[in-house]
Amino acid sequence: MTDVLNPPVTTPSDDHGHEEHHGPTGILKWITTTDHKVIGLSYTVTSVLMLVIGGLFAEIIRFQLATPNANLVSLAQYNELFTMHGSVMIYLFAGPFAFGGLANIIVPIQIGAPDMAFPRLNALSYWLYLTGAITMLAGFFTAGGAANFGWVAYAPLSNSINTPGAGADLWIGGLLLTGFSAIFTGVNLTATIFYLRAPGMTMFRMPIFTWNMLVTGILILLAFPVLTAGLVMLYCDRHFGTHIYSVTGGGVPVLWQHIFWFWGHPEVYILALPFFGMVTEIIPVFSRKPVFGYKGMIFATLSIAALSLGVWAHHMFTTGVVLLPFFSIMSLLIAVPTGIKIFNWIGTMWRGQIWFSTAMLMAIGFVVTFLIGGLTGIYLASPPLDFFTHDTYFVVAHFHSVVMALVLGGMAGLYYWGPKITGYLLNERYGKIQFWFLFIGTQVFTFPQYLLGLRGMPRRVAIYAHDPQWKLLNDWSTIGAILIGVSTLIFVVNVAVSWKKYPAGDNPWDAHTLEWFTTSPPPHHNFYRLPQIRSERPTWDYNHPEHRSLGHGKHPGLGDPHPEVVED
Amino acid sequence: MLRIAALPVAAVALSGCTVPAFGARPGPTTTSKSVFHLWQGFSVGAMVIGAFVVLLILYAVLRYRRKGDAIPKQTQYHIPLEMVYTVVPILIVFGLFAATLVVENKEVANPKTNVIVDVNAFQWGWKFSYPGTSTVVVGQTTENPTMVIPVNTDVHINLTSTDVIHGFYVKAFNFSRYALPGVDNQFTIRAVNTGTFFGQCTQLCGLYHSLMYFQVKVVTMDQYNSWLSNNSNPSAAQASNTANQQQTSTHVPSKPTASSGAN
Repeated sequence: MTDVLNPPVTTPSDDHGHEEHHGPTGILKWITTTDHKVIGLSYTVTSVLMLVIGGLFAEIIRFQLATPNANLVSLAQYNELFTMHGSVMIYLFAGPFAFGGLANIIVPIQIGAPDMAFPRLNALSYWLYLTGAITMLAGFFTAGGAANFGWVAYAPLSNSINTPGAGADLWIGGLLLTGFSAIFTGVNLTATIFYLRAPGMTMFRMPIFTWNMLVTGILILLAFPVLTAGLVMLYCDRHFGTHIYSVTGGGVPVLWQHIFWFWGHPEVYILALPFFGMVTEIIPVFSRKPVFGYKGMIFATLSIAALSLGVWAHHMFTTGVVLLPFFSIMSLLIAVPTGIKIFNWIGTMWRGQIWFSTAMLMAIGFVVTFLIGGLTGIYLASPPLDFFTHDTYFVVAHFHSVVMALVLGGMAGLYYWGPKITGYLLNERYGKIQFWFLFIGTQVFTFPQYLLGLRGMPRRVAIYAHDPQWKLLNDWSTIGAILIGVSTLIFVVNVAVSWKKYPAGDNPWDAHTLEWFTTSPPPHHNFYRLPQIRSERPTWDYNHPEHRSLGHGKHPGLGDPHPEVVED
Repeated sequence: MLRIAALPVAAVALSGCTVPAFGARPGPTTTSKSVFHLWQGFSVGAMVIGAFVVLLILYAVLRYRRKGDAIPKQTQYHIPLEMVYTVVPILIVFGLFAATLVVENKEVANPKTNVIVDVNAFQWGWKFSYPGTSTVVVGQTTENPTMVIPVNTDVHINLTSTDVIHGFYVKAFNFSRYALPGVDNQFTIRAVNTGTFFGQCTQLCGLYHSLMYFQVKVVTMDQYNSWLSNNSNPSAAQASNTANQQQTSTHVPSKPTASSGAN
């Protein structure tokens, strides 16, 4: 440690890094690009549009439920709406936003790579995703309407007798296309993270977000092909006379549930891990500390991934045909690594210097909301309590606490990395107003639903005329949904008023990881130069060489070469 | 071992009266009461842990607001602390699992019994038939067909479905089970209070899922026996298959295709 400042190290990418990249511009650039940043931005914009579309469906659903016997939509339309709400949010927003959008942009830069490992495959992923999204939504324009069997498409309701019509086929086709897009992105992320790390970027120096995306990529490769196979069999049942899921031909309806949830439960973590990663980047930066328990965090992620492959049947406790104790204990155990993460986030803030930027507020909102969703999830891991609450609004509330936490985490990611991607900051004042609408709206939205579930309101019912006492709680939930809708409007307004107004600079947050070492937006192939990578915080180490992370038991002045120094 | 781990939860659960209900109700069956106590145990745990974590977050957020440009100590690891918040949750989880097993084993036990009800779910209604008798109750959607069962008796239910998957759910019983085509799902109810309890299909089953209601009426054994004989109808059993089709309802055509009302 003779040098106070680490000199920047030239890398091969430096050779052509200073050249201007000459290529098509405008819409032609967007269509022909293989640049991970442009593809990632396309993914982000498309998936946020899907969030808005799925959100509109949700608002219609909430207005329908505001009165017990409403006529806003018909029973048939209601089934289409909640099916497409769930499908759009799960298949077309949450996953693509996380692993197609932000991860696509950020992961290569975080590990010092010039692009993804397979840039053309990356472009194919996006176009498959866009095609799949359009295909799935096109169901609304067919004679029978969109798919209406719920986003889980349980057999035999999803067969051609109970659900004839093109909407269901378009749903299957759209899901196959987005499924392949996810598989290709999983291949790409895994290969990129294993093979394209910059010199010095060992596995245990990778930022947590990159770690989580590696695990997400592997989970995608394990889970999505199962869904693809299941969907192909469903299509064969519908059109080619097979009887894989129908009793009449000797098939087994519950097989669909096994296949679907064998994909579906890892999918929950495929959705959640990227957002865990985002807040694990954000909380340390705005606490001005390294992430607490870095290695524990990684092992927690790995154990969540491992456990997530053995818990699928907790969605099927009430079928009466699964082994209850095994799936119960596996599901309960997931609470342990998840708890470790929450304590690590708190440990990161502990004795820090917390800067309440919008990104940080959103991240803290994520932790609180996820805590609620996680605790109620523990109930559902217990079969007797699952029998009690299954298919009621308690379950709806549980997973909406979880996914609304993801929305908070995603917003944190947009406020945090948006300036890196666009070069411009978003307005913090609007951002904080948006946060409070989103955070309070989420709780007002979900809390009445927990109570509704305990009072016996089933999910997916359009009317509840027999028990008008549910109206009051439903109204509160609808008010929450309106607040969430307003928060989205505030975000759109914020993007408009902040448009190219507040230049961000390279590192507006005094952040830790490599993406903040390059320019905002990064140049073609990302870097002109790289710092030495000697920890998971190369940019921080470069900017604050006196303040490296301390190992366990290391205290300044007790043998540590760098006593605590206050920088101005 | 598991029993020892279950003790704290059981202790909380057994002190029933003093523990809040956390939104649930004990209900009229033996199972619903033990599920209720399990619910209380889990809720106490969730509230304590939740409050503890929220207070930690609040404390950190309020106490460590940025006050200047000073860079805090760059602590990254505290192995003993990390061990504690790994091991303690594992112990809690095994406690919850033990309590779960105690209730679950009671709930899925299927004692032999003389009172049997065959419950058949169909789009969109319920059929309750009593094997050994000729009593059959059929009703669609909001007609609320009523399943009559005797109190203080183990009632064995055989649950089936003729078409898609339905959910047999009686809120007051704190219990639900899927009616699956091709599967004979069996469980036992033992009601200890009389009364009439509302039930509804909970698993999406098509167009009229929202309206697929039924009732469970718990009566004394004498009332049950006289109800059985009063409602015995030799032709009903044979007619019941066609009854599904013939019963007309102001709300619902008997077998519309699921998507016919779409546009």
